[in-house]
Amino acid sequence: MFGRLNRSALVAVIFIGIILIWAAEDMPAYGDPKAPANEYAAQMYIDRTPADIGVDNIVTAILASYRGFDTLGEVVVVFTAGISVLLLMRRGEGQ
Amino acid sequence: MRENVVVRTVSRLFVPFIQLFALYVIVHGASGPGGGFQGGVIFATSFILLLIAFGLPCVRGRFGRSWIRAYAAGGIIIFAGVGLTCILFSGNFLEYAAIETALGIPHLQTLMIDIVEAGIGITVMAVMTSIILDFVGKEEEEPL
Repeated sequence: MFGRLNRSALVAVIFIGIILIWAAEDMPAYGDPKAPANEYAAQMYIDRTPADIGVDNIVTAILASYRGFDTLGEVVVVFTAGISVLLLMRRGEGQ
Repeated sequence: MRENVVVRTVSRLFVPFIQLFALYVIVHGASGPGGGFQGGVIFATSFILLLIAFGLPCVRGRFGRSWIRAYAAGGIIIFAGVGLTCILFSGNFLEYAAIETALGIPHLQTLMIDIVEAGIGITVMAVMTSIILDFVGKEEEEPL
């Protein structure tokens, strides 16, 4: 059932899975008030968004303004995915 | 399915409402749940509904390949253009506050965020539609 390629892929997936689970052990528990993200970053955004940006939705303020460059990159990733599908699906067609 | 009158009629009725809802989600992004990514995907679903009910040639006729490409790139150009406009007003890239202080108009940042969200929505809408149409087009010409 498993070819050579599939078996090596299975080994790679299990290996990477073990590493990821091992790394997840060190992550803070969900909603932990002592976690670095909850200790000062979240409160800072809540405090500063009305004065800095004046937008009601703090998520949008972070997404579009504080982390605007990151979002630009995300949109480029979406665009690249679409272009890749376009190129793969139309492969072999005469232009 | 293609010949079903009920499906065609209901789809034709629903498409404008789906698109209106998508625009609402994009524009509402600054003051409530929503934003460009969600709204763009909702807008793309209206084209998927058209595709299911009316077939590929209908959607291709309304939203051709060159238009899809133009929209996909245009959204990124809008986003990056807003960022570069901030540099013209002696701010950093995507620093909307620079425009607001330079022109002295309050709440201009909200407008900038809305423009950026619209750009995101346009790109996501075009790319999602493009991916679906490419897959369907491939499948129709060589059935699996």
